[in-house]
Amino acid sequence: MKKLVAALAAALVLAGCSAPAGTSSPAVASGKTVTVFAAASLKGAFTKIGDAFGAETGAKVSYNFNGSSALVDQLKGGAPADVFASADESNMKKATDAALTSGKPTLFATNVLTLAVAPGNPAKITGLDASLDGKKLVVCAVGVPCGNALATLEKNLGVSPKPVSQEQTVTDVLGKVTSGEADAGVVYATDAKSAGAKVTAVAIPGSEKVVNNYPIAATASTKDAALARAYIDYVTGPKGQAILTEFGFGKP
Amino acid sequence: MSRARTPQARPLPGWLFVPAGLALAFVALPIAGLLTRVPWLRLPALLATPESVDALALSLQTCAASLILTIVLGLPLALAIARSTGPWAAVARVLAVLPMVLPPVVAGLALLVTLGRRGLLGAHLSAFGIEIGFTTLAVVIGQTFVAMPYFVIAVEAALRTLDPGFEQVAATLGASPSRVLSRITLPLLAPAFVSGAAMALARALGEFGATLTFAGSLQGVTQTLPQAIYLAREVEPDAALALSVVLLGLAAALMAVSGLVNRAASGVSDG
Repeated sequence: MKKLVAALAAALVLAGCSAPAGTSSPAVASGKTVTVFAAASLKGAFTKIGDAFGAETGAKVSYNFNGSSALVDQLKGGAPADVFASADESNMKKATDAALTSGKPTLFATNVLTLAVAPGNPAKITGLDASLDGKKLVVCAVGVPCGNALATLEKNLGVSPKPVSQEQTVTDVLGKVTSGEADAGVVYATDAKSAGAKVTAVAIPGSEKVVNNYPIAATASTKDAALARAYIDYVTGPKGQAILTEFGFGKP
Repeated sequence: MSRARTPQARPLPGWLFVPAGLALAFVALPIAGLLTRVPWLRLPALLATPESVDALALSLQTCAASLILTIVLGLPLALAIARSTGPWAAVARVLAVLPMVLPPVVAGLALLVTLGRRGLLGAHLSAFGIEIGFTTLAVVIGQTFVAMPYFVIAVEAALRTLDPGFEQVAATLGASPSRVLSRITLPLLAPAFVSGAAMALARALGEFGATLTFAGSLQGVTQTLPQAIYLAREVEPDAALALSVVLLGLAAALMAVSGLVNRAASGVSDG
């Protein structure tokens, strides 16, 4: 009974949001496939969103998770996709500039930098401050997205912590913390969340001002604009947002 | 002129040159491909950046240190396993060369769980305030770990083919084992010593896995050439290519040394 109510509610939401076409009722979507190109950091959240979307509409969601810039390259190369979700606005801009998207991209999630420390925070780290003195801090190198975000944050805060290592990827930073080699690492909030009990996240005061925005858009080459729209509406709607929050993403 | 000395007595069937040529193209083409993409005109500028200079200097320093470690530890090991028999010697022989065939990340993980702060040895060292992770020492240890087997295997192979006659004569003339070693065995090993050292040095230059999992990457401290290339790939691809050329050049020079010494040595024994 509950399921039926939920499905009906979803149908109403979908019908309401996809007003121009008005065709994405569950019955119509059943058996169809929507192909979504999404940034690698969305893997956990989007897989769950895809399952929920599929359960409600009967549509199958097929994902291609990769780095945002690699996805843009694939779209440029003519890879078939209905929806593109980027981890940053610069890569979405590359896609819109190349006329690969249709309609204006919508921001659907945000991510901020946070400190990942050993479980329970035994070193009593409180932020990018004096609590890091004598501690081993690992960060992303300047040039890679997380390192660039940190550079902006450091400038905003007027601090210059001395890391013992500047890693290539967020995963490498997280690995140094989970293996116990480093006392603290600067990662995205979602990375700290995905590490579960292996790390404790310590919010960096001021980090909310350096926000990484995630935009989503239908592609220009989509063969089913209504279904693509329905998927995007699901992601930006309350259910999609709840799942994104669960995975550590912030609201746009 | 050296051609004239090459014996012509063993001609090869002509068809053999087809697969041989394919094999050479297989390894040479990717390198040629890399060279075509190198921004040659900007090469000096790309290599003069502080990042590149620091990475090159650090690689040369750490490789010199790891080469010394490789020789000091590897030479006795090669002598010991070459002259030992029995099942334990066989086990020692396998262990001694194992890092050669380990994937870089496995080598790095092995060092991490041994010498890391929570590692088998590292936890005890940490209690004394000694922490190896994120230090230049970690880089040298990683390089020695992967490079030493190349030296050991070269020296050990030479020892096995050494004519035992010289050593036996020296011993019957009353020379002590240490004297036989320093006056007879080691001089006879010189070519294998040099070519093995050159190969070990080339391998150390390319060490990557241990630095990635364990030593970290910080300019001037742990960021060696391979680390700098890995990072530059994403930030400034041209700099990655420029540094690759340097690494390629150094490796080619070392392989040439190794090959020349081997040829000279076999030439001597042939004559």
